[in-house]
Amino acid sequence: MKKILLIVLLALAPASVLAAAGPGVILEKANIDPTNKQSLQRGARIFVNYCLSCHSAALMRYERMGNDLGIDEKLVSENLMFTGGKVGELMTVATAADDAKEWFGTVPPDLSVIARARGVDWLYTYMRSFYRDDSRHTGTNNLVFPDVGMPNVLWELQGIQEPVITTVKDHADGTEHKVVKLELVEPGLQSPKEFDRTVRDLVNFLDYMGEPAKYERRHLGTKVLIFLLVLLVLAVLLKREYWKDIH
Amino acid sequence: MGEKWNKGLLGWIDARFPLSKMWYEHLAEYYAPKNFNFWYYFGSLALLVLVMQIITGIWLTMNYKPDAALAFNSVEYIMRDVNWGWLIRYMHSTGASMFFIVVYLHMFRGLIYGSFKKPRELIWIFGMIIYVCLMAEAFMGYLLPWGQMSYWGAQVIISLFGAIPGIGDSLALWIRGDFVIADATLNRFFAFHVIAVPIVLLALVVLHILALHEVGSNNPDGVEIKKNKNEKGIPLDGIPFHPYYTVKDIVGVVVFLIIFSIIVFFMPEMGGWFLERDNFIPADPLKTPEHIVPLWYFTPFYAILRAVPDKFMGVVAMGGAIFALFLLPWLDRSPVKSIRYRGRSYKIAITVFVISFIALGYLGTQPATPVLTNFARLFSVLYFGFFVSLLIIPKFEKTRPVPDRVTS
Repeated sequence: MKKILLIVLLALAPASVLAAAGPGVILEKANIDPTNKQSLQRGARIFVNYCLSCHSAALMRYERMGNDLGIDEKLVSENLMFTGGKVGELMTVATAADDAKEWFGTVPPDLSVIARARGVDWLYTYMRSFYRDDSRHTGTNNLVFPDVGMPNVLWELQGIQEPVITTVKDHADGTEHKVVKLELVEPGLQSPKEFDRTVRDLVNFLDYMGEPAKYERRHLGTKVLIFLLVLLVLAVLLKREYWKDIH
Repeated sequence: MGEKWNKGLLGWIDARFPLSKMWYEHLAEYYAPKNFNFWYYFGSLALLVLVMQIITGIWLTMNYKPDAALAFNSVEYIMRDVNWGWLIRYMHSTGASMFFIVVYLHMFRGLIYGSFKKPRELIWIFGMIIYVCLMAEAFMGYLLPWGQMSYWGAQVIISLFGAIPGIGDSLALWIRGDFVIADATLNRFFAFHVIAVPIVLLALVVLHILALHEVGSNNPDGVEIKKNKNEKGIPLDGIPFHPYYTVKDIVGVVVFLIIFSIIVFFMPEMGGWFLERDNFIPADPLKTPEHIVPLWYFTPFYAILRAVPDKFMGVVAMGGAIFALFLLPWLDRSPVKSIRYRGRSYKIAITVFVISFIALGYLGTQPATPVLTNFARLFSVLYFGFFVSLLIIPKFEKTRPVPDRVTS
């Protein structure tokens, strides 16, 4: 059953199993590697290709992204900026808020700090939890975020999933739980494994974008701690010297 | 004392301003007990954090915009586009939480060694007013990033004023300056946070230290060192604050900075305790977060508030929980200051009090389920019970004899 992408347990689920999902979903570990520049670069490409047409990242500058991720300024403006403009500009979108509201029912949120608000595990699980639901205007629904306005923009890569609901009896207290698995019914351009990596790269990039200074922060922190430890030795010696004659 | 320095520039200044006099009175010839232990680091550390908050705060205001439309993005602008902005911001946000940790430990020291007792009642009162100002400062500062938790946290707290019968609603409206938390609220909170409260805080810190230096420091034995002086009038168990405690406090400062740096550089959110996740979503008056949690340092009082079924009585209980601390010098009438020489009943009472405070702090972060609410009620009763027990315990307590001199 390698087609099974996701197993989600629902703690409490009467009739409207899928609608009630939200908070009860067990999130999968994103296991991102913020030091992996290649993963971040791939993530950036996915982000500008699939996300940035509707979502903005209006607190992030293309130039900063290029510098931090080791992407040449020329490459950034040729391959990652579709609407022209200067590399020093912010990653805004041209979609008008009113249009977006009409198309999706809500304005797509800015994604600059989404990784800090949602957490990487939530994003990783969310992006892989879309399934076909013909009752929705987008034709898709999501286990992590029920009735989300966003369609599955990565369907081309992932393929199409459908939910399979089974009932499992809990041996401990005899209560019944509905288990929803998502099954791939139509393969996409990528295998499930490749697609997981794609989402991981994207989440890695979102995490970077949430705090571009993170790498610098940790790097500086190590130096500061080394300095403070040396200072501590000196401070202790100084204190001992002065306190020698106090009994 | 000014004799040694009456020449040159310093002599010129001393003839016009008591510079040397102040130096001797408050540092070089301020005699502190020689037996200060671990708990005595937190006074100087509180001062350090206060200075750090003021300095980082000044630099933050250079780029922060107190405007509901710009505030959220201006904080992220500081985090991204301002040189060293991320460091200054994290120092400030971490400093806020660390301030409370340091102050709680400082207060705990006063509690166990009886530092609030005669003749130090005013030091304690000034300290308590500092604590209340600090809560106001932190509360208003937390609105400024204009995230969801900023907004809804402020909404919840200000609505408490609405529970006051009669004038409640108009009072809440007057505080907000609008029918909901809005631009007007943000602007006035900014004014209070960067000017009004810090000025009051600084003045109170001066009063706190002046009152302390008037009567002298207490110590872990609760012995008055001024009772035993040598022929020059110097306390036998006293040592000059400078250089002895200045060099000792440097060690404390460096240890503190190591812990502080570990948080700032490696875990600035502290797992959501110092920077809450929901605060990375811009404030939205139309979307209430699922679970509104005040910052951790308010949660013990928040738990007491929620434990009381009636909203107004809850507000009264919450205020009472803070006010009871003010009364400490007059509730605990035992002549023995330090916990070292007090009876078992007092030690048990303090232990229960600390456990209740921490338990309430935890419960304040959790959703108010019926079970947890009952626990919050139990610990609220224990919290207030501590103050009642202080009235009774000295009547039967068997204290141990207090030595004449400090033990080392």
